Amino acid sequence: MKGPQTGIVLIGVLLLCALAAMGASATTAFLLERVAYRPLRRRTTSRLAALISAIGASFFIQEVFALRYGRDILPFPRIMNKTVLFHIGSGEVRTDKVLVVLAAIVMMILLDRFVGTSRLGRGIRATAQDPEMAVLMGVNIDRVIVLTFILGGLMAGVAALLFGTFFEVTQYNIGFLLGIKAFTAAVLGGIGNLRGALIGGFALGLIESYGASIFGAQWKDVIAFVVLVLVLLVRPTGLLGEQLARSRI
Amino acid sequence: MAPPTRARWGLLIPAAVLALVAAACGSSSTTSSGTSGGGPVKIGYFGALTGNNSPQLGININNGVKLAVNQYNAKGGGPKVTLVEYDSQGDPAQAPQLAQKVISDHTVAVVGPAFSGESKVADPIFQQGQVVNVTPSATNPTLAEHGWTYWHRIVGNDSQQGPAAATYISSKLNLKRVAVIDDNSEYGKGIADIVASSLPTSGATVPVRDHIDPKATDYSATVNGVNAGNVNAVFYGGYYQNAGPLLKQLRDAGNKATFVSDDGTKDDGFVAGAGAAAANGAYVTCPCVPTPSTPSGQAFTTAYQSAYNVPPGTYSTQGYDAANFILAAIKAGNTSGKSINSYLASNSFNGVTGTIKFASNGQITPPEIEAYQVQNGTITPVGVIS
Repeated sequence: MKGPQTGIVLIGVLLLCALAAMGASATTAFLLERVAYRPLRRRTTSRLAALISAIGASFFIQEVFALRYGRDILPFPRIMNKTVLFHIGSGEVRTDKVLVVLAAIVMMILLDRFVGTSRLGRGIRATAQDPEMAVLMGVNIDRVIVLTFILGGLMAGVAALLFGTFFEVTQYNIGFLLGIKAFTAAVLGGIGNLRGALIGGFALGLIESYGASIFGAQWKDVIAFVVLVLVLLVRPTGLLGEQLARSRI
Repeated sequence: MAPPTRARWGLLIPAAVLALVAAACGSSSTTSSGTSGGGPVKIGYFGALTGNNSPQLGININNGVKLAVNQYNAKGGGPKVTLVEYDSQGDPAQAPQLAQKVISDHTVAVVGPAFSGESKVADPIFQQGQVVNVTPSATNPTLAEHGWTYWHRIVGNDSQQGPAAATYISSKLNLKRVAVIDDNSEYGKGIADIVASSLPTSGATVPVRDHIDPKATDYSATVNGVNAGNVNAVFYGGYYQNAGPLLKQLRDAGNKATFVSDDGTKDDGFVAGAGAAAANGAYVTCPCVPTPSTPSGQAFTTAYQSAYNVPPGTYSTQGYDAANFILAAIKAGNTSGKSINSYLASNSFNGVTGTIKFASNGQITPPEIEAYQVQNGTITPVGVIS
């Protein structure tokens, strides 16, 4: 297989890539939970310990990849043709952009339905709200947490494929800034609220883009974080604030 | 670790004071003597070898320096020299501490710092510690304006490269509407500012002037701005790490403007990042003339190839020449920073790149700027432009 694909082959290739990415990333998430989180959860109840352990694990993985694949950016093959479909003003709507937006929306709906209606989803919500009570009500917390990690890994795999298809570069630490942006989007939308995270993500992207074209690209992050601070001043729980925040203190 | 109790603090504070005093004594004694003592003479390479600030340029230089030192030691005839590698990751925040380490190691001379940002913070420390420093690649012009007597640069600087690039774009390539983009680094913004101010004097306009965040991957805001500006050339000031993806995103957005960049982009990583299809036809300018096909140039290329299994990269030759000039000073019996420095000031050196002679401000005279073009995925020299 070489060069960009089209039609049914393209869909097949994308699905295959998605499966591989989801598998790799879910396995990593599973192992991470086992190595970096579970032992801590057993020994201490401090959330800070888990956070520090997570940062350590992330540096470890980054450096392993840096040593194996080098620190330079690595090119990513072109999977799909980037054809312009139509224009809105001077902005162009391209096939790869449409793919990213559609895939994001589909994934979001699936995840939202899953967490909202399935048995595991109920377990996840219960554990997030009050872990001790969830145990008393018969939720197997360990199982719920590891499955949540795997679920997160699956979503991250799809995101990585979309990112790779769109930007066609990768680097040992390319996910770091994305992780910070994702966290920002979640805080902006309201931690613990899936729809809020989606809105937060779109809002952050739009603020960054408009901010960059009005004030210059070097102000992009400044504007995004100023808006975040302002939103949190007015609505400390984020745009679609959830009562969950109360139980997390 | 358990928090220190009152009894532990009792021990810790005197220990800390002792350590501070020892450190202060250590550095002051080095400053006054500045020699390497009895053992082999230590020279260093200072610059990126790892990290994400385009380390390949630093690796190229270090390989050239290593080759020079190995050849010198194998040949004999002077004091033995050891090479110490100081990996700054090209990060100005790490440079001051590392420069202090150079001094406390009694390293008398360094090739580097490789980049302009780290030079700005490390060079004053070298000046104070009397460490000879010869940069083969930090091209920001203001570095020559501080009166640092231990500082030298064996390539042309950006106040020579910038106008040459501007004239090349507007007169030779005949492109009159130019977007100027940079990465906000000491070096990238420096050369982009010079190009942007030189373009109008040679008859071109700069309708778009923007900066990207080198840590980001998404340059769509900048790309949209360039597209809206209706330009026929884009000049990018910065390093190959970002130049590649920027060019790719410009081409993906349908932009056909000629892409021109600087010596920081002259690396195969640029072609890899942009993809050969997008990179073909792009230009880079560089104060680094290609390794000449003179006998000494060919001998260097052969030796480099057999030592590292790759041909010399950007600035390898300059690193080799810088090291050899320092080694010539050591061979003549100068083993302290001070005496090496006066040797460099009063002598000239026949290197692979030509005759090297420093002006009183440490800048090489006269510099040459070369233009390169990506042809069939290879960065190919197309002629001297200064």
